[in-house]
Amino acid sequence: MSKRRPAALTEAQCVSMPQLVLQAQKVMRERLCHQNLPDQPIGLESQHKHLLELLRRTAVHGESNSVLIVGPRGAGKSMLLGFVLKELMQLKEVQKNVLLVELNGLLQTDDKIALREITRQLHLENVVRDKVFGSFAENMAFLLEALKRGDKCSSRPVLFILDEFDLFAHHKNQTLLYNLLDVSQSAQAPVAVVGLTCRLDVLELLEKRVKSRFSHRQIHLFSSLLFGQYVDVVRSQLSLPQDFPYPKFSKEWNHNITKLCEEKSVQEILQRHFNSSKDLRSLHMLLFVAVSRMPGFNWTLRDVDLLEASRLILADSKANILHGLSILELCLIIAMKHLNDTYDGEPFNFQMVHNEFKKFIQRKSHSIHKFEKPVVMKAFEHLVQLELVRPVDAGACKVQREYQLMRLMLDHGQVMEALQRYPQCPTDVKQWALSAFA
Amino acid sequence: MLLDVDTATIMPLTLLSAGYPEDTMRSLTDRLPCRETQVTSLLALMGEPDQYSYPSIFIYGHRSTGKSHVVLSIMKDLEIPHASVDCVECVSPGLLFHQVLLAFFGPDAAALLPRCPSLSDFVRLYKQMKDHATQTRYIILDKAERMRDMDFSLLPVLLRLQELVDDNVTVILLSEIVWEKFRPNTGCFEPLLFHFPDYSKAELVQILSQDHHPSYTPELYASYINILLGVFFSVCRDLRELRHLAALNFPKFCEPLEKEEAKESDIHKLWRNIEPHLQRAMQTVYLREVSSIQWEQQQMDEKEATTPRGLSAHAHIELPYYSKFLLIAAYLASYNPARTDRRFFVKSHGKLKKTNFLKKHEKTSNHLLGPKPFPLDRLLAIFYSVVDSRVAPTASIFSQITSLVTLQLLTLVGHDDQLDSPKYKCAVSLDFILAISRTVSFDVVKYLYDFL
Repeated sequence: MSKRRPAALTEAQCVSMPQLVLQAQKVMRERLCHQNLPDQPIGLESQHKHLLELLRRTAVHGESNSVLIVGPRGAGKSMLLGFVLKELMQLKEVQKNVLLVELNGLLQTDDKIALREITRQLHLENVVRDKVFGSFAENMAFLLEALKRGDKCSSRPVLFILDEFDLFAHHKNQTLLYNLLDVSQSAQAPVAVVGLTCRLDVLELLEKRVKSRFSHRQIHLFSSLLFGQYVDVVRSQLSLPQDFPYPKFSKEWNHNITKLCEEKSVQEILQRHFNSSKDLRSLHMLLFVAVSRMPGFNWTLRDVDLLEASRLILADSKANILHGLSILELCLIIAMKHLNDTYDGEPFNFQMVHNEFKKFIQRKSHSIHKFEKPVVMKAFEHLVQLELVRPVDAGACKVQREYQLMRLMLDHGQVMEALQRYPQCPTDVKQWALSAFA
Repeated sequence: MLLDVDTATIMPLTLLSAGYPEDTMRSLTDRLPCRETQVTSLLALMGEPDQYSYPSIFIYGHRSTGKSHVVLSIMKDLEIPHASVDCVECVSPGLLFHQVLLAFFGPDAAALLPRCPSLSDFVRLYKQMKDHATQTRYIILDKAERMRDMDFSLLPVLLRLQELVDDNVTVILLSEIVWEKFRPNTGCFEPLLFHFPDYSKAELVQILSQDHHPSYTPELYASYINILLGVFFSVCRDLRELRHLAALNFPKFCEPLEKEEAKESDIHKLWRNIEPHLQRAMQTVYLREVSSIQWEQQQMDEKEATTPRGLSAHAHIELPYYSKFLLIAAYLASYNPARTDRRFFVKSHGKLKKTNFLKKHEKTSNHLLGPKPFPLDRLLAIFYSVVDSRVAPTASIFSQITSLVTLQLLTLVGHDDQLDSPKYKCAVSLDFILAISRTVSFDVVKYLYDFL
């Protein structure tokens, strides 16, 4: 993309406004979706220093280390590591010397696949293909041995990066972890094992022998963001970079963004999102939707865009689904709500629901004519399919459909709210729902 | 620079068509009635072809609200590189990988996959094959709820595929079920949620009126659709089902016109003719009791619609004499409480406090709660009591019990391999047992606690 920009500059010296906005959009979309590294990590200085020092010692001095980076999803674990690696690779002596192996617990779901991946990333495929291996540990040892011999002067340090570290702990016997950590403890090729995980109890998952070989160095990333900083993040995410090809436009744009962030309505929206979660990924989603809704003629982001984006993201999906149900299905949900109220959350079956519905029809309904039982059954099965109603024991017991015990997956408030929002809801249905013990 | 508000509603389309040819955009919106806002906001999310899009978009909405139709039409008309995969077809993740690679990089890439590919293989191959095309690629996963039953890491990987393969790729998941039911317990990369709302009644009329019959006026068809929705709308809002029903019943609606008993303006007369017919359709053809072909045939023969029996009328099964009594005994054992057996089946039960017996403390009857399990001994005891002649407990009696289980008239409760005192439940309806007992002239109702 960086190649393209100067070309665009030459071919159109005077660029129209929509095109400029598109350019700006492009920059921002890449930043928000692709999780590009920002210019500097926010609020992670000490962790950054710690990790950098640790990895530098491995890379330069050949010290073996192991470390776990722990933090909730979207807390910037990969970003921090990316930063540190980028900085590390800028050092001359490190650049040529260090080998990097990246593994992901989601992809390498067992040790065999993981080992193959390690071999591949260390470019040892040709070596492995000829040799028949014994145990896993031998294979591992051979890999590291081969590594040692590959370079004549001295052994090259290897950085193992294990993303989703907790999933590696679920492998059989934790063989891979044991071997990696064992190598890091004994005097062999210098390795650094860096684990990234979102589980706080990850050490409890490790076997005793694996745990004892781990250095118990943990870096915790917990967001200590204040609301002021949160707004700053918004501003920096939405601002155009220094090297944007049209400085006049970008200056204007950045000025507008600064003004936007100070607006009261915007602050309110951001406060609401900040209160629900501090993680930056959900903020990125909000900003992405806002940016993508930005119309071309209006050459800056408006507060209505943000408001609309926030409305879209905070929408209750179950309420959306309830809105599309037919009246018969809605009646069944109300009947289930009544059953829940009367029998205190006990599971129910179709027969009871139908009975409750029949009572309602006989007593007061004028707007709904009678439905045959199979028609009601079909509506009920649609609710099951939407997983608004769930069987208590999923298909374990082979009873007839109408006697299978079910539970309603909605609470009282959701049903009542859906009823309020339902278009052209018959009045007697509404009254029935409101009467506590019908 | 600022324009009025009313132009703001039109502008996004013209903006977006900067990246795509205008006439394709126009034909696209024409082909997707009542989905203009969804199309524009979806296109806004997708952005220009060479811009990055959000890593994963989760689209949910009811059945036949045009989720896959809209998405696939956009992809096809605007010629965006995409792989469309139905998760029902993909019984193993390997099939999914194969389809994606085939669509993106051609058969050569797909052939490189090993026999049982892991996710690691897929991501590696993807990374190898990706060229430096800047256009966003889309993977569309229809019926994404099936993904939950597959490999546990498949869904999290696909949600963050953009990051893992480092390519401009977006995964679109289509489902009827809300996202909350998908989320793995250790969390994952959250997709962007996008809702397809249901069609309102007016929108349904508008869409259904599009396929009107050429030999009649569109107004007539629209009024027919209105009548149809008047009957079916409170039960069914599924566009596909309604369209099917509309096509099936239209000849009947036109019948008075063809016989020249009514004119097109006589809506009331036409309504009177079609309304009972549609009511019958709801009980038969809507429930698939009668197949569509049978229904059409009936209309042609001008027969009364309920004359042929539907599927559920064929529930009667011919059983051997003792099997019938075994089934009756099982029904009684399932639906009567054990404490009332003495009252019903012991010939000289002595003195019983009648008031005490008749006091039903439970408001809910057993026919509401469903069948209760009973041991084999109780079944046999009731069986000997209800059958007139003396029956020896031969092997054939016991084998009949097990064959009733295989016919799914009885179900075995608990462990399958229990030899001594297995427990059973009766799995037939009251109507069925009444029909059976009539053939052996036995009055079941007299013996049922619920009907005392």
